[in-house]
Amino acid sequence: MTYFLQQLLNGFQLGSVYALISLGYTMIYGIIRLINFAHGDIFMLGAYFGFYFLTRLKLNFLLAILFSMILCAIINIIIEKLAYAPLRKRNVPRINLLITAIGVSFFLENFTSLKIIFGPDYQPYPRPFKIITFNLGNLTISSIQIIVFLITLFLLLLLEYIVKKTKIGLAMRAVAYDKETASLMGINVDNIISLTFAIGAALAGAGGVLYGICYPQIHPFMGVMPGLKAFVAAVLGGIGLISGAVLGSFIIGIVEVFTAAFISSTFRDAIAFAILIIVLLTRPQGLLGKEEGIKL
Amino acid sequence: MINLYLIKIFSYACCITISALGLNLIYGYTGLFSLGHAAFMGMGAYLSALITKSFCQYGYLVYFLAVIFSTIFTFLISYLIAIPILKLKSDYLGIATLGFGIIVKVLLDNSDRIFPQMGGSRGMLGISNFTNLPIAFFSLIFVIIIMKNLISSKFGRSLLAIKEDENAAYALGINVYKQRMLSFALGCAFAGFSGALYAHLYCFLHPSNFDFLRSIDLMLIIVLGGLGSMSGTIIAAFLWVFILEGLRIILPQAILDWRLVIYPLLLILLMLLRPQGLFGNKEILWLKEKI
Repeated sequence: MTYFLQQLLNGFQLGSVYALISLGYTMIYGIIRLINFAHGDIFMLGAYFGFYFLTRLKLNFLLAILFSMILCAIINIIIEKLAYAPLRKRNVPRINLLITAIGVSFFLENFTSLKIIFGPDYQPYPRPFKIITFNLGNLTISSIQIIVFLITLFLLLLLEYIVKKTKIGLAMRAVAYDKETASLMGINVDNIISLTFAIGAALAGAGGVLYGICYPQIHPFMGVMPGLKAFVAAVLGGIGLISGAVLGSFIIGIVEVFTAAFISSTFRDAIAFAILIIVLLTRPQGLLGKEEGIKL
Repeated sequence: MINLYLIKIFSYACCITISALGLNLIYGYTGLFSLGHAAFMGMGAYLSALITKSFCQYGYLVYFLAVIFSTIFTFLISYLIAIPILKLKSDYLGIATLGFGIIVKVLLDNSDRIFPQMGGSRGMLGISNFTNLPIAFFSLIFVIIIMKNLISSKFGRSLLAIKEDENAAYALGINVYKQRMLSFALGCAFAGFSGALYAHLYCFLHPSNFDFLRSIDLMLIIVLGGLGSMSGTIIAAFLWVFILEGLRIILPQAILDWRLVIYPLLLILLMLLRPQGLFGNKEILWLKEKI
């Protein structure tokens, strides 16, 4: 029983990181219907920026997260303006946007693998604070887990506040719902799309730093699998929905950890995708999605 | 030496083209978004390699039988998978097939628990080298002829109708669901066929040869060539193989690492400059003629 609860806790830890990535996926898909394959690589960039802030500049841990969030946001805005915006303006088929996203993803992975950038090697991630473990009965909780939960919770509440309570959030929801009508209401659709990319990237950047602290090893291709799984999580919960992405991420995180703990760690990728396929076949709109919300 | 290398690359390009033609049938002509095509290639490759390895004393005879058998096997498996999965549409279908591809890869990674000779994540060794340039080339020609006839047949036209407008096709009495399944299974059978050729070309198989990145490569090829254009797919597949390999030769040693940086940049640029792919949906040479 203790082992079960302990693994549940580890699952929540992994799920928190997935949630931060998957929110960006779901928001970008919600607003321009693009499966942004490069999102996992933004997560990787976040981890590396955090790494350099922590090791070279010896910054405080919270400042490192904040700065890598800002850097990721800026980079994603640049990518959006250079690669996706010209395609969107020409009204090309969606498959072209997808291929471009794949191109951006390959570029980020291979460009950062160059020796003059991050280099192709695995890097050990620093632990910026002392690890203290607390015992609750037989259950062990480390300070890392508490910090990951708190930061994730804070960012989720902040996002919820921005999307639901501010004017910018209202504009984002309007653009996701209907671009043309939104632009007739005086919303600058392009800026809102850029902003969505920026917010998504900032969350992924924070996720990258937290991932590095939880599982202390990073390399330029680290974003591929977490990115895919975060996307799976977004689809599982109902794509385009913030609550769905969070729910899906925790499910995927917990399932993955349980598979590794109780079955075999080599099957952890397969089970997550098998669950996805079963859910898609029985409830294509995702666990929390509404039937009529699907426009595909 | 360089000749041997060129022959290998050319045979490899033939294999990739056959796979890509299969995906073009699925996505280009029928509009079924599939991101798990490489998994079917992997099935064909591993199955045929397992057969030839078990009965290696019979030489080419067992090779031909293995290729045929694994093509049929891939067809049946993909038909079974299509029954539930093709209820999904568009992006959801893409995600489900992507998931399926990853599941197949994980199963291949763990295959040595049941079949030790498949090697699991260590890779499968000791496959005889049966596929040579003539076999690969004539297989490609054979596939092109079959595909051309398929597209020009009543079946092919019904696929195009389904892609253009599903409801209108349904109203014309086309069994949309069944035709889609058949198209998906046929396309996957081509992948299985090319996998079987590939296995006996390189004589070494590894699950990572058939992961989702390979599926994405195939998707790239058919989009670059132009969806629904056989000529485009064939030329894009050859260009893709030869440019990626060619950069290895042209680039000076010092910036060889830049090969995989230049490639995605070319990709993004092409998508910007020629969104409809190299050929759009046009055909060239005799592929243009109506049969």
